[in-house]
Amino acid sequence: MKQVVLQMEALTCPSCIKKIEGALGKMDGVEQAKVLFNSGKVKARFDDGKVSAEEIEGTVKKLGYPVLSKKVS
Amino acid sequence: MTGKQKAWITAVTGGLLALAIFFHFTGSQELKSSTLIVSTIIAGVPIALKALQALRMKAFSIELLVTIAVVGALFIGEYVESAAVTFLFLFGAYLEARTLEKTRKSLKDLIDMAPQEATVVRDGLERVIPADEVEAGDRVLIRTGGKVPVDGRVAGGRAHLNEAAITGESVPAAKADGDTVFSGTIVESGYLEVIAEKTGDDTTFARIIELVEEAQDSKTKTQQFLEKFANIYTPGIVILSIIVYLFTRNIELTLTFLVIACPGALVISAPVSIVAGIGNGAKNGVLFKGGESVEALAKIDTVVFDKTGTLTKGRPEVTAIDAFGGDAGELLRMIAAAETASEHHLGRTIVEEARNRGMIGLEQPEEVEIIKGHGLTAMVGGQRVIAGTRKLMAENGIGVTPEAEAAATAREKAGNTAIFAAVDGQLRGLISIADRVRPEAKDAIRSLRESGVKQIIMLTGDNRHAAALVGKQLGLDEVHAELLPEDKVAFVKKLKQDGRRVAMAGDGVNDAPAIATADIGIAMGAGGTDISMETADVVLMADRLDQFAHARLLAKATVRNMKQNTWFAVGTVFLLLAGVLLGKIFLASGMLIHELSVLIVILNAIRLVRYNGGKRKRKPEGVEPFGPQPAVAE
Repeated sequence: MKQVVLQMEALTCPSCIKKIEGALGKMDGVEQAKVLFNSGKVKARFDDGKVSAEEIEGTVKKLGYPVLSKKVS
Repeated sequence: MTGKQKAWITAVTGGLLALAIFFHFTGSQELKSSTLIVSTIIAGVPIALKALQALRMKAFSIELLVTIAVVGALFIGEYVESAAVTFLFLFGAYLEARTLEKTRKSLKDLIDMAPQEATVVRDGLERVIPADEVEAGDRVLIRTGGKVPVDGRVAGGRAHLNEAAITGESVPAAKADGDTVFSGTIVESGYLEVIAEKTGDDTTFARIIELVEEAQDSKTKTQQFLEKFANIYTPGIVILSIIVYLFTRNIELTLTFLVIACPGALVISAPVSIVAGIGNGAKNGVLFKGGESVEALAKIDTVVFDKTGTLTKGRPEVTAIDAFGGDAGELLRMIAAAETASEHHLGRTIVEEARNRGMIGLEQPEEVEIIKGHGLTAMVGGQRVIAGTRKLMAENGIGVTPEAEAAATAREKAGNTAIFAAVDGQLRGLISIADRVRPEAKDAIRSLRESGVKQIIMLTGDNRHAAALVGKQLGLDEVHAELLPEDKVAFVKKLKQDGRRVAMAGDGVNDAPAIATADIGIAMGAGGTDISMETADVVLMADRLDQFAHARLLAKATVRNMKQNTWFAVGTVFLLLAGVLLGKIFLASGMLIHELSVLIVILNAIRLVRYNGGKRKRKPEGVEPFGPQPAVAE
């Protein structure tokens, strides 16, 4: 189980939270996805056998949110 | 699309709108309409794109509603409305981003204090590396103006450190060999060599930031309620708009409903206040674990304090030296020299006092004999020194005059431990030691009372005499002494059963069970100990009681702010609905009111970032606000 933290641009509309959390939650291998609205971060715990941090980053980007940096631990 | 691009598009469409107004007054309707259409498309495409992206991920978005509304408006030829709605939507988002940034400013300021690089000694060479790459055990060098990049222990050099990043306290602290230093603190003067213990994400500083980030995103009950409301509101309005269309065939009214379906101000009203409040706390050394903690602290009516280390400094100090017919300084020097051989905390206190008074090069004591629980005897510079209890004096045949005895009793009644000091068979004086009440305690308690706390109680494991004295000095309502940790838990439980809302403040280690039992637990002077950071709901980072008072005032101000915002947002929603139903509000004005209401709640929350506890309103010194001294329960 790994964790990825994506730093995004400042989020403004709270509806983004549901959008991102929902989309990531539907990905196979993503255990838990959490959007920290106020610090503009997305935290996701995932099974690195099923999905990669890059794929998670890709989903967020496809939703229309630029990712500034990525940290996997 | 990045924020910059959005700002550009907003600016361009703003310009186009101005152009359209110009055409409107010059009467060229054709040009006006085409300008408006171009403007709608430029601003509308990014909105539609986002809606599509979300749709592809099977996610519903507000952008989708706005897109439908705009397309509809274009369809019925309402170009003014369509251009205004898209512009306002983007411009509103832009302004929100800018203002929201301000509510998050406190935390950002804190993050900006994070150390970036470190100078370490590896293979005998000084090397500058990114702070994240320092490993535990590395020797780190920090010069004047530099930031400590790790948590660790000083192993060389001395310096004055500004620890504001950790404690919120900007008065520099002196550090020397063996002292603990924290990442994020700044060397104001001096030079330090530090052995790294915790690095990167494990440092106290990194954990504070993570804790605050999580806290800012935790949801309060108010927030959960509002979100539930919003979850019903948005689909409800969408369905309503469909019904309206089916029955009235009024496209404009239908589209207006879509535009106001986003409950922006409502969803954001409570969180912005919490974010600003928690951020303010973090900057002042007060860590709230979440919005719930803020709400709970605002509601308490009873505060329970531990004594030692919370109301008092928790460190004994020499409070007086009575020299009988000699020089007090000389006596202290002599006794301190003898006590250098002692491991007892009272002995150490005396040695520390001598050092604090600048006495260096204390003589080496010889023939030291330590009498457990009573004191010691030693030879210092050829003179025989005896320091300790009355009993020790009697055993060594040293006479205690009635005057000396009276002086000792007086010191003891004032809460001190009196140490008798004899040199060469003569009683030469008394050294009094006490754990003093914190200097800021009285003001902090006054502030707590002014903020509506009805009862302030002290629980302590210490003896009745010492406890009663502290209670009297601080004007506490109740004092309960000689308690075990489980007694404290039982006491807090009983208060809660009586319907009180109880805050328990302690040092976070011994009092952890009672802190966990209370409605809200406050750990004091934690400086980042793991236990207290985990058990308590509120952690006061600096070892200062006035932070407690600030925390309470801040919590109340935050809750007040949140209530204002919530009522305002709810009011706006009903106003919008009524306006739409009465036919007074259309697409553009609906969007305008919506965006304005969002901005207003954010601006209101920004006030909290600068909140300082109304310090200007402080009562003038010397005013005794307590009234008659409350009885001390023995």
